[in-house]
This record gives sequence, structure tokens and C-alpha cells, in this order.
Amino acid sequence: MTDLFSKFDPLIQMRTDLLSTGVTDPFGLVMEKVISPTVAICNGRETILLGTYNYMGMTFDADVIAAGKQAFDLYGSGTTGSRVLNGTYSPHRDVEEALKEFYGMDHAMVFSTGYQANLGIISTIAGKGDYIVLDIDSHASIWDGCKMGDAEVVPFKHNDIEAMEKRLRRIPEGAGKLVILEGVYSMLGDIAPLKEMIAVAKKYGAMVLVDEAHSMGFIGPNGRGVAEEQGCLDDVDFIIGTFSKSVGTVGGFCVSNHPKFEIMRLVCRPYVFTASLPPSVVATAATSVRKLMHAADKRAHLWENSRTLHKGLRDAGFQLGTQEPQSAIISVIMPDLERGAGMWEALLHEGLYVNLARPPATPAGMTLLRCSLCALHSAEQVQTIIGMFERAGQKAGIL
Amino acid sequence: MDRAATAEKIAALIAPFNKKEIAVTDATTFAGDLEFDSLTVMDFVAAIEDEFDIIISMNQQAEIETYGQLVDAVVKLQG
Ligand SMILES: Cc1ncc(COP(=O)(O)O)c(C=O)c1O
Repeated sequence: MTDLFSKFDPLIQMRTDLLSTGVTDPFGLVMEKVISPTVAICNGRETILLGTYNYMGMTFDADVIAAGKQAFDLYGSGTTGSRVLNGTYSPHRDVEEALKEFYGMDHAMVFSTGYQANLGIISTIAGKGDYIVLDIDSHASIWDGCKMGDAEVVPFKHNDIEAMEKRLRRIPEGAGKLVILEGVYSMLGDIAPLKEMIAVAKKYGAMVLVDEAHSMGFIGPNGRGVAEEQGCLDDVDFIIGTFSKSVGTVGGFCVSNHPKFEIMRLVCRPYVFTASLPPSVVATAATSVRKLMHAADKRAHLWENSRTLHKGLRDAGFQLGTQEPQSAIISVIMPDLERGAGMWEALLHEGLYVNLARPPATPAGMTLLRCSLCALHSAEQVQTIIGMFERAGQKAGIL
Repeated sequence: MDRAATAEKIAALIAPFNKKEIAVTDATTFAGDLEFDSLTVMDFVAAIEDEFDIIISMNQQAEIETYGQLVDAVVKLQG
């Protein structure tokens, strides 16, 4: 018998080697108690959280919690069914209304996760004979959506407008075209030149899907994302987003102005063939989304945090993913996985949690310590964080 | 362009990626013999696409394992 698991042997070996150095498993952290959006108890120690996607700090918002509790009492713990059968309650409709208000768009469709939103929309709209042109650094859920559909998949070099245009130009006459971009790329925290890229896509008659998972609530005058910030939201055909980051719960969505969009509810398999979100979850999401519409002060403070941390880490001598802060993600580039894991552990001992990211999630085989800031990190916490990085960097031999 | 001319151009494009300078035949594999990783594949495919002004989609790339198969595919894609 061939052991189907033998294909994982190289990875198992790599993990064994890493853990044999005595380092704490960076992928096995447990939070014993969560005190606030920015602080938790890990291994009995109070730890500042700098590796969550809780950008706007909504997880403990009193109104959000109250909405969830009320929905629990009114609608029970779960729907036990698909959105198209018994799984649509009024809070599901309400959160779709909230999204339409938030983006100023005609249609909104809520999925059980952002992963499924990408999987469903991409695999359904781009079919046999169509072409998908996408950035090579796209999120796994985008790649999986491509793989699940029957379209021809054509990647181009990250953020390279010319490479994208060349590929669009070569697509056979008459074929359907979908260009897929992200607002913020979550590994390095860099943003896309959406305005230029979307103009090129439109010149070649392509429809455009933009994943704004890491910009919602924070980037753009109304927090609608990078496309809003760059003044090209009207040219985006489909925005994909998630409730698992700034919104502070779980779920995914697509918003669109396409006049035929509602047909998606019947033809999109990852929407139809899975249970809908619990009513408490969609009720918290609706409340959070509506509050994010009026969060200009929080957005300003988050930008300030991002600038302060970026400057502090750069001045300390760390190599960062971007020259300037472009989002709420500041990525610190590590020389290799072993020293990256060592640095990650040294930070944890200081009382700081960041994300350790490694291939294949990262571009160019990099090992990264990804810091994601929260609007509720105080200016003082950010200074504490910089000090922790300096000490851990000395200890781990990075600085 | 006929197969020989196409093959010659592709051989020239492989050279900068052929770090160990192994002799390339129709049976040479990109992943195995030439040790191309995913980044190298992307750059190499882009170079081929630009040279011949064609698209080799990921779907088509999945079918191409050897130099010989690549030459055949490029001949076909040029129409
Ligand atoms: C760019 C991007 N798209 C989609 C997702 C998936 O979101 P969710 O956590 O809701 O499945 C993520 C989150 O990991 C992401 O980073």
C-alpha cells in the first residue's frame, strides 16, 4: 500500500528539524484569555496582540456584543441550513443591507467565509473558454477559486501593470475576461496601483474583481478600501470582503452593481451547498459594519500607529516589506525560517505576539514577521512594541 | 515558425535559467532536471510568452513537463 501521507514527509521533516532546536511551535499558540482587542494571556503571560486582523478593534465593541446577544435570544444558536433553503433569517438580509449602505452598491451577497466568497464568485463567473488574469501574489482563496472553475488562468508579476497589459492583449478575440486584484497584499502590506490597473483592464473589456479583505473599514474616506482611496471604486465590478478582519467576526461577502447579480444566489455552489452563518454572527457583523461607516477618528489613529511603528522599526535597523507604510500591516523580513522562528519566540517572551509567515504563503520564499496594527493600540503600546522588537532583535541576532 | 527554429529560440531563452548548464534534450524536465522552482517558472514562462507573443495559461503549463513538450506547445500556440 502506498501511504498517501508520504507526500508530506518533507514538511514533516522540516517541522521536526525546526522544533528540535527547542523553539516554541510558532503554529501552536493558544490564547488562554482574551482581555481586549489588543491584549491576551498566552502561556500564562500578558501579551500584546500585534498579529491579529482586528484592525478596527470591533471584537469587544459594546453595541456589537449586544446585537449578538439579542440575536442569540431571538433566533437561536444556528440556522441548520443553506441560505437558499431554510438558512436566511432577517439578520442575514439585514447584514446584506448594511453592506449595500457601506459600499453604496446595489447588491450584496453574504457567504460563510471570505474564502468561500472568493471560491464561489470566481469559479462561477469565469467558466470554460473565459480567461482569468491575476496577480501572482494573490491569496490562496483566489487561487483555489481559479482551480475550481474551468477558465484559463493567466498570472502576471506582482503589481506589474505592463505584464498585466501584455497578457490581456494576447487573449483571443471574443473571450470573456476577468482581472483579479487585491487592494492590500497581506504578506508585505503593500497596496496595488488599482487606478492604473483597472483602467488597463477596462481598455481590454475585462470585468474586474478586487479583494479588499485587508483594507475594509480603514483605507479610503469611508473605509471602502483602496479602490475608494484611489477614486476608481465605480469601475470595480465585484468587491470581495470578509467579516473576519476589520468587522471582527466571521463571514465573507461580494458586493456588486451588476444588474444580474442576484442570479448568483442560485448558481454559486459555495453559497448554496453549505450552512448559513449563525444569526448572532450576522447580527454582530451588521452592527459592526454600520459603526465602521462613522469611524474616521479610529481610521486616523490607526494610520498614526502604522506610521509610528514603521518608522520605529526602520530606525531600529529592521528590514521592512515596504519603504513607506501603506496599510495596517508592517512586515519585517527575516533572513531565514530558523532565525525567524527564533525572533518570533524572543518576541513572545517579551510579551508580544506577531504572525510568523513562511512559504508558500509568502512571496519569493521569504520568512516574515507580520505585524498588524489595531486602531485600539494606544500610542504608548506602540512605543512598548518598538522596545520589545529592539531587545528581541538583539537576542535573536537579527540586529 | 517551424519546430527547429522555435526549438532554437527556446533553447536560447532557457540558457540564463540553466544554472548548472546541463545539456538540454527533448526529454529534459523543468522541475526535475533543470530544478525550476515556481518563481523561475514564472519568469521563464513570461520570457517565452514575450518572445513569441503568446499566452501559456497555467492550465496549459500543467501539461508541459519537458523541453520537447514545451517546443510542441509553442509551435501549436503560434498557430
Ligand atoms: C486577501 C484575502 N482574501 C480572503 C481571505 C479569506 O477570508 P476569511 O478569513 O473570511 O475566509 C483572506 C484572509 O485570510 C485574505 O487575506
